[in-house]
Amino acid sequence: MSEVDYADVQGLLRFGYGHMTSASYVLLRVKNAHTAKAWLRSAQVTTAVAQKPPPNTAMNIAFTAPGLRALGVSESIISGFPHEFRGGMGQESRARQLGDVGTNAPSNWTWGGHGHEPHALVMFFAEPDQFNPFIQRSRDRNWSEAFEEITSLGTSDLDGDEPFGFSDGISQPQIDWEQQLKRPCTQLGYTNVSALGEFLLGYRNEYGKITDRPLLEPDAATEGLLNAQDAPTKKDLARNGSYLVMRQLEQDVRCFWKFLYDQAGGNLANAYQLGAKMVGRTRAGDPLVPMQSEPIPGTDPHTASQNQFTYESDPVGARCPFGAHVRRTNPRNGDFPGRRLSLLRKLVIMLGFGPKGFYEDLTSSVRFHRILRRGREYGSELSPEEALQPPPPNESARGLHFICLNANISRQFEFLQNAWVANTKFSGLTGESDPILGNRESIPGCPITSNLVMPAEGTLRRRLSGLPQFVTMRGGAYFFLPSLRTLRYFAGSETG
Amino acid sequence: MTPQSNFMVLAPIIPERETELRQLLDSMNRAPGQADSNNSLLPFAEFDTLHFARFVILDDKTTEDVRVYGLNPRIYPLYLAFLGDVDGDANAFLDKLSKRAGKGLGKIFSCCEGFPPDTDLLAWMKQHDAPAIAAYVNWRGRTVRRIREEAALYEALENYLDQNHSNLGGLPPGEVHEKLRSFVGAEQSAGRLSLSRERATPIGWQIKNLLHMIGVPLLGLLLAPLLLVLAPFYIFALRRLEKSDPVVCPSADHKHSENLSRFEDHDVTNQFTAMGSLKPGLVRLLTTIGVLKTVNYGARHITRPGRLGRIRSIHFARWVFVAGTDRMIFCSNYDGSVESYMDDFINKTGFGLNASFSNGIGYPRTNWLVRDGCIDERNYKEYLRRHTLPSQVWYKAYPGLSAVDLERNTRIRQGLEISSMTAEQARDWVALL
Repeated sequence: MSEVDYADVQGLLRFGYGHMTSASYVLLRVKNAHTAKAWLRSAQVTTAVAQKPPPNTAMNIAFTAPGLRALGVSESIISGFPHEFRGGMGQESRARQLGDVGTNAPSNWTWGGHGHEPHALVMFFAEPDQFNPFIQRSRDRNWSEAFEEITSLGTSDLDGDEPFGFSDGISQPQIDWEQQLKRPCTQLGYTNVSALGEFLLGYRNEYGKITDRPLLEPDAATEGLLNAQDAPTKKDLARNGSYLVMRQLEQDVRCFWKFLYDQAGGNLANAYQLGAKMVGRTRAGDPLVPMQSEPIPGTDPHTASQNQFTYESDPVGARCPFGAHVRRTNPRNGDFPGRRLSLLRKLVIMLGFGPKGFYEDLTSSVRFHRILRRGREYGSELSPEEALQPPPPNESARGLHFICLNANISRQFEFLQNAWVANTKFSGLTGESDPILGNRESIPGCPITSNLVMPAEGTLRRRLSGLPQFVTMRGGAYFFLPSLRTLRYFAGSETG
Repeated sequence: MTPQSNFMVLAPIIPERETELRQLLDSMNRAPGQADSNNSLLPFAEFDTLHFARFVILDDKTTEDVRVYGLNPRIYPLYLAFLGDVDGDANAFLDKLSKRAGKGLGKIFSCCEGFPPDTDLLAWMKQHDAPAIAAYVNWRGRTVRRIREEAALYEALENYLDQNHSNLGGLPPGEVHEKLRSFVGAEQSAGRLSLSRERATPIGWQIKNLLHMIGVPLLGLLLAPLLLVLAPFYIFALRRLEKSDPVVCPSADHKHSENLSRFEDHDVTNQFTAMGSLKPGLVRLLTTIGVLKTVNYGARHITRPGRLGRIRSIHFARWVFVAGTDRMIFCSNYDGSVESYMDDFINKTGFGLNASFSNGIGYPRTNWLVRDGCIDERNYKEYLRRHTLPSQVWYKAYPGLSAVDLERNTRIRQGLEISSMTAEQARDWVALL
């Protein structure tokens, strides 16, 4: 097993660049492949090597499938990428799966969508005083000749909160960079450690397998690429790379707090509580279920108070509703219902004679569906109190530039978005989708998807109904985040 | 109890009529592959004992795969399959179908071989019956009628609870149960809700079922000495094959995959049809039959209602040999997207997948029949995607309802039939609402 060469991995996979509070995401189309390659050759792409002191500027680059084509990557190589990457996020059937219908439909996006995909995403990060000079330096003469800027998405630093005012980014999977995990093997109980291959292409994933990716014949052009671990005679184009999913999610902060305030009968403290039920954490980020005494593998002891918990102590969702955003997106379960199971008991469960309860064993094991979140907010801060006031004229939008990294878009991001976030039938529920992200569109046979059931211990549930759509998709695309070696391969040689 | 049964009419298509047939089938839809339940050719909605139905053109693009065994691919006719899952006897259903939708069905089947203008439709359909070697029913005895009544019950209860939350919220579960029982009673008397009684189980079916339940293990017992003697040879042969059988899992054609997606995720339930050739040789054929007979027996007599192993998202499923024993199809109706269906299967019932599908040419390598195989997740998914066929027309009698929805609604109805509950029972019952 080979160690990871951090100098070959783009930094975003290992770092969120939290101290570089200024950032922008520039979406590009390639106008001139020749100069685009020249610019790529000179680009200072930040690697995953830990630096002391940490750098004060960083840049990472990713490409869509049309982008690879625009750079002259051959169709035979592109066909080695998975269907979802080649088809793109805005393809009609995929949009239906992801809940991107109604106002969220790709035809309403301000960027991206089928036939309108950007070619490349360049992400700039810097400490505030370094930001403008850094961007100016990078946008040199080659840049303006090579690229047409579709849009440059600005971000804002809301001090760890997302625009609704809830602490965000608390839970992230811990990547097994050292490749210590033994896979495949059954996981009883929740673990926060993910196999390296769940995020970095070319390594073993939770199934102990290496995901399919383009493997090339060795020749002069591919000389600089690494060999594939599972096929040593081939060159691994994707090794040390990942897939980057980007979605611009506009958040209607005023609508959110007005709805909660009205539902809470005009009491802000109760509105906060209701909001916490929807999110699954308080505004400060505390979970709604008690911390467990037993540590969870891969959970940092420093953040134990906010991350050392599962929903085992809340089997009916009385504290944290099943439908709450964070319970949907990370159900914190293992491969089997129950933790200390004998072989015989496992067999009994496998054959379908396990727990009889209606809500038991309905949710897929989470370790196959983790994502690494790297998004940033945009727009100005708006407190709940301010949100309840009438808006000023021409108010600018707020939201999240959602970015996540994963090695298998369909099993990780798409599964999460489809089966957990958008699914109106998640975990035995019906008539509701994610209370934060849901599109509230009716589906055949289910005219209403805008409820939220909040179970109560030993008595009737409370059902919120008529949740408005708080979040609207404004654009999105699937990108490939190549390794530095592969970037050099795409950029080609000066003569080539 | 009214048991469910299934039918599948399988007939070769007249090559010159294929385009016309495809147009006819498309004309029955309101969205790609989604039947308009009142279409004029076969108005599905008029048949209130029909759960699911589909028309599939068995356009298997993988017949070349036998070349990996040095065999020349056979030329098969293109088949049309028409299949459905119904309450009660399938033949009685076909009879009803031929009487009420004979004209439309005649038009469709006239595109098949051996269907001249004056054909007796019912006799023809029976003649072209392709029986399932194994079949699974999510909840034996739950009729379409009952499903609809229970769904209406659930909706009525939810609305009542929302309107009366101020009186009911905070009451102990036992009292909530009592109040809801009297509400439902009143609704029934007023004729706004109906919960019809279960019909008596047909005696003929009971006898057959009992004979099957006892007969299969008895036969197994009788054959046990022979099987024991043969077992080492069989295991040796199977292990040798497992180690040497070629794996054929190229990435599914991108256009094929995108085309399949057009037919998917219109409802919370999806159709799935996969077709492929069996690995050559008697060992694989016997393994297939043995495994599927076991699955069938288990599904019929052992599984808990609502569950196939740990899977709770399958409404109906079946395995069928297609004209001979070279090729098989697997058809199911499952909830969620194909990706979650696959993941659920790999993680929860990988052993079952391996046992039942690994006899197909090219399946990812298994060990001891049940191990590995589908754990090779990406290859397995490409394998299935490559073998998946779009259903030209697919009908579901209860759009918007998942199998888990049906189970919840049934549990709620069952709970209402209990006049007094223990505190624990009442707590679990109220949690369903």
